Amino acid sequence: MGRFGASFITTSTWDPVAGQFGAWPAIVGTLLTSLLALSMAVPLSLGVAIYLPEFAPGPIRRPVATVIELLAAIPSVVYGLWGIFVLIPFLTTWVYPFLEARLGFLPFFTGPVYGPSVLSASIILTVMIVPFIMSVSREVLLAVPSGQREAALALGATRWEAVSTAIVPYAKSGIIGAVILGLGRALGETMAVTMLIGNRHEVAASLFAPGYTMAAVIANEFADAAGGPIHESALILMALLLFGVTVLVNAIARLMIWRVSLGRGNT
Amino acid sequence: MTDHASAPPAIEARDFSFWYGERKTLHEVSIQIAPKAVTAIIGPSGCGKSTFLRCVNRMNDLVVDTRTEGELVVEGRAVYGSGLDLVAHRQRVGMVFQRPNPFPKSIYDNVAYGPALNALVPRRALPEVVERCLRRAALWDEVKDRLQAPATGLSGGQQQRLCIARALANEPSVLLMDEPCSALDPIATLKVEELIFELKQDYTIVIVTHNMQQAARVASRTGFFEAGRLVEMGETQQIFTAPRNERTEAYITGRFG
Ligand SMILES: Nc1ncnc2c1ncn2[C@@H]1O[C@H](COP(=O)(O)OP(=O)(O)OP(=O)(O)O)[C@@H](O)[C@H]1O
Ligand SMILES: [Mg+2]
Repeated sequence: MGRFGASFITTSTWDPVAGQFGAWPAIVGTLLTSLLALSMAVPLSLGVAIYLPEFAPGPIRRPVATVIELLAAIPSVVYGLWGIFVLIPFLTTWVYPFLEARLGFLPFFTGPVYGPSVLSASIILTVMIVPFIMSVSREVLLAVPSGQREAALALGATRWEAVSTAIVPYAKSGIIGAVILGLGRALGETMAVTMLIGNRHEVAASLFAPGYTMAAVIANEFADAAGGPIHESALILMALLLFGVTVLVNAIARLMIWRVSLGRGNT
Repeated sequence: MTDHASAPPAIEARDFSFWYGERKTLHEVSIQIAPKAVTAIIGPSGCGKSTFLRCVNRMNDLVVDTRTEGELVVEGRAVYGSGLDLVAHRQRVGMVFQRPNPFPKSIYDNVAYGPALNALVPRRALPEVVERCLRRAALWDEVKDRLQAPATGLSGGQQQRLCIARALANEPSVLLMDEPCSALDPIATLKVEELIFELKQDYTIVIVTHNMQQAARVASRTGFFEAGRLVEMGETQQIFTAPRNERTEAYITGRFG
């Protein structure tokens, strides 16, 4: 594998027939879709996880929570199909034109609108990890001892203040854990992303353009590694790289938790 | 006959009843609790002591489907009256719980929580408040070098004194304590008792306890609850040596052995 060298990571041309293997677009695509998905999923899932047990009317709590937990169990290929037949038509008809009209001055929202794109893949990832992050952080929040809430309320906190200053901080590390699990899931998600990202080895500024992720490259090309054994080794190296990226991202996330929990004592 | 009789009671219940759902847990309780004194509430498990205490600061609001009848007045304000400002009420009526429940924040932040939340003092005055309350709770010397350390690292007894300091920092006039020493060892218990004794000059303290000796040590007056009813209330001395009610006597003699 040594024959690929650093150019494997730094170059962008992926042409198995010509024996050129540049994984940069897939690396960027993986990180970009995951981080985009995370940035949309975290506020949404934490919002629901906090709102549901605290403020939602009693009768709707259980059903909503159950439905969301069920969503976490749906196979990703089903998400992929749903993405192709429902999500993409919806996005291309309503959301993308709107984004282009309003935010078109940013390079991220310019150029031709493709259905399958980095943004579509990020959105399907969001849909997939929201239930996951939500149900884990809901468990974590429910596990906060009632004494914490009572302590805050007894000191004159309003309900919202009790949640924001006592319950959520108590559950903080668990919630961060839930987010990291969600990120791990997004980084490794293969099927739904393959179906929605457009599968093109290219780094484009616009989120409307197709892209690729490492997991998708491996899944798509491994079955018939057209470029022969070299192509196969390139894919194995890609897998190794995906593993490395996942470990690295997790390590960074853990480091952040560690710093947060160290900083806890400061006023 | 008592020196408290002249001052208006800090807490007064008149035929106060309380229901958890269908279950009537407090039955027409009428009680007067004197200001700036320690009042103990004793009684068998499940008789409604905690329920009574948790009515006084409306902690029972957390339980769904509850109901009250009669009157409960704290310092002239009807606790279940429609005009009550609940946040202000809970700031005036502090509570110390059975299990020490410090926040997983620093020692400093725990004590500063109430005054910061309720904007009782300007931010720059907080360090002074924290120090004063920690001194008051007899904890200052043990923690003054590690105010930024997590409160959860303190011993159980220290945590409970921290919770008392946290309650004091909120400038309450009434302090409710629900078995504050039941999770503590005898030495820590003694410290907290001394503290309670010390605090009674400035606060109206109601303490629920299963420990007769503790009631005898700290409280000037004691009320005996049974099955949701206030059976007898009087000077602690009298309750323990010459109870008027035979139920009280049976309980006291049973407990003192
Ligand atoms: N949240 C609740 N919902 C329903 N019933 C409750 C609730 N809390 C307490 N009870 C019931 O109310 C009665 C009085 O309980 P309470 O906790 O006030 O007793 P207590 O005198 O404090 O007992 P202990 O000495 O064991 O603490 C008990 O029968 C108890 O089962
Ligand atoms: Mg109790």
